[in-house]
Amino acid sequence: MNQLSAKFKLAFPGFMLNAELEVPVQGFTVLFGPSGSGKTTFLRCLSGLERAPKGFLKIGEDIWQDEKRKIFLPVHERPIGYVFQDTRLFPHLSVEGNLHYGFKRRVPEKGEALFNQVVEIMGLGSLLNRRPNKLSGGEKQRVALARALLTRPRLLLMDEPLAALDAKRKREILPYLQRLQSELRIPVFYVTHSLNEVLQLVDTMLLMEQGKIIAAGPVADVFSHPEIGIHVGHSLVGSVLDTIVDRQDIDFQLTVLKFKDQTLYVPRRDVTIGGRLRVHIRAEDVALAVAPIQDQTSVLNVLAARVLDTSPSPEDDCKVEVRLDIGCPLLATITRKSLAHLNLQPGQNVYAHIKAIRMAHELN
Amino acid sequence: MNFSDLDYQPIILTLHLAAVTVLVLLIIGVPISWWLAHTRVRCRPVIEAIVALPLVLPPTVLGFYLLILLGPNGWIGKPVATITGSPLSFSFTGLVIASTFYSLPFVVQPLHSAFEAVGKDPLEAAWTLGASKWNAFWTIASPLALRGYITAVVLGFAHTLGEFGVVLMVGGSIPGKTKVLSIEIYDRVEILDYGHAHVLSVGLLLFSFLVLFVVYSINRRLPVRIS
Repeated sequence: MNQLSAKFKLAFPGFMLNAELEVPVQGFTVLFGPSGSGKTTFLRCLSGLERAPKGFLKIGEDIWQDEKRKIFLPVHERPIGYVFQDTRLFPHLSVEGNLHYGFKRRVPEKGEALFNQVVEIMGLGSLLNRRPNKLSGGEKQRVALARALLTRPRLLLMDEPLAALDAKRKREILPYLQRLQSELRIPVFYVTHSLNEVLQLVDTMLLMEQGKIIAAGPVADVFSHPEIGIHVGHSLVGSVLDTIVDRQDIDFQLTVLKFKDQTLYVPRRDVTIGGRLRVHIRAEDVALAVAPIQDQTSVLNVLAARVLDTSPSPEDDCKVEVRLDIGCPLLATITRKSLAHLNLQPGQNVYAHIKAIRMAHELN
Repeated sequence: MNFSDLDYQPIILTLHLAAVTVLVLLIIGVPISWWLAHTRVRCRPVIEAIVALPLVLPPTVLGFYLLILLGPNGWIGKPVATITGSPLSFSFTGLVIASTFYSLPFVVQPLHSAFEAVGKDPLEAAWTLGASKWNAFWTIASPLALRGYITAVVLGFAHTLGEFGVVLMVGGSIPGKTKVLSIEIYDRVEILDYGHAHVLSVGLLLFSFLVLFVVYSINRRLPVRIS
């Protein structure tokens, strides 16, 4: 598997990018952070559209930039696809002309059916003869995505491709992004400041702030970052769990999910048994008890947990965030008063009462 | 008045001069415009001002300096004279050089604003799709700036057709060599041949109007509109 090593140092007036990154190039990597944190600049450095005066970039065995040795591979020689927020379709070419622009410049492979395959996956068959100015916002973004894919990229870079779309159009595009992963298996770096729109797809999460990458890793781990709340927004403070659909409970109309020997019950969903399901648990929806009061509560999901540490809530003076281990990290927000009352200590065994579980793909 | 004794030579010479000048202007003007649209260096206003000078300078001033420069003792005229045997002043080549300077702003300004309107965004997209900078210039920037090209060619051509002062200073009035339309009109008026002066003037007027009319019509109908 390819490893990406990047180190960029770049100064604009009033802004400084000083980012270092070491991640595998696979699956869906989201680059997340507030506006002005340097996500787009970082992506542009990866693509070569921006040249950091102090920079190093290596993908697998290929060095794309090494300023110490004055190596800089120009943009058009990098096997990347780039999807811009504003699509940047060429207005003087038809949809087909736009698609062919990159397609005929790619490194061809024998007997490939790439063009038809991508047109089919992106559902563009009926749009090929149209002009870009006759497309809806969602259609434009699909064309831009297909155009980038047709260059046969080793890495697809996407810069807030959904930001300019309304909620309905966003939902329209998401299935295409999903198919990108399942059918074409192209690694994606995806920049966004709105995490919930893609939470379902994310494998690796990078958190950026003031030009620095402050956390990088599997999404569940990064979500347990103590200061995550400041970044992801109040409604997303919590934990991400990857579960397997175990069975459907017809009698009680529940769906049963399993992860790491633990069981979760959620209101019945139309999902495939054995399939993967990502769920999100808000820290506010987790209560803690020191004794196993399983039989004396109406809360359905009670999990055995161990306290890892506690930290003051950055949003609310009367609250603390408790990081728990339930086989994977779980965040709970409780009051300082409760913390004192229960006298929670790191390493202590407790019971996490989960009052609500949300499906990642249903977040908005 | 008899049309048959109308001298066509100045007309042909003028069209020839305008065509060659436009060609030279494109070769020089496109890189200058491109550079002006994309550079961030501090000396840019200096270059812009120099290019725009012919707009405000009396043609005689421009012609005077070009005459000195291209003449038998000028920086350019002297070395050329030693090689070819004759200086550039009072020659067709001299006229082309003079017209190029004189009409430069009429080519550079439409191209400059067209390239600026196209901007960097579509070019970046082209680069990420595997196009080199040179390739992206021809396949993306130029088609998108088509209006600018058309305006530049037509304005450069029409403006060269009508020049007078610069030509008079640099080229004089040698029939078949440097005697262009505007000078022919002047000469006719001098000898009180108003009939021929009228024919030529009306011709020039109609032609200029027609060309400009065609340009504005085409520009309106072009499919690509950037700004």
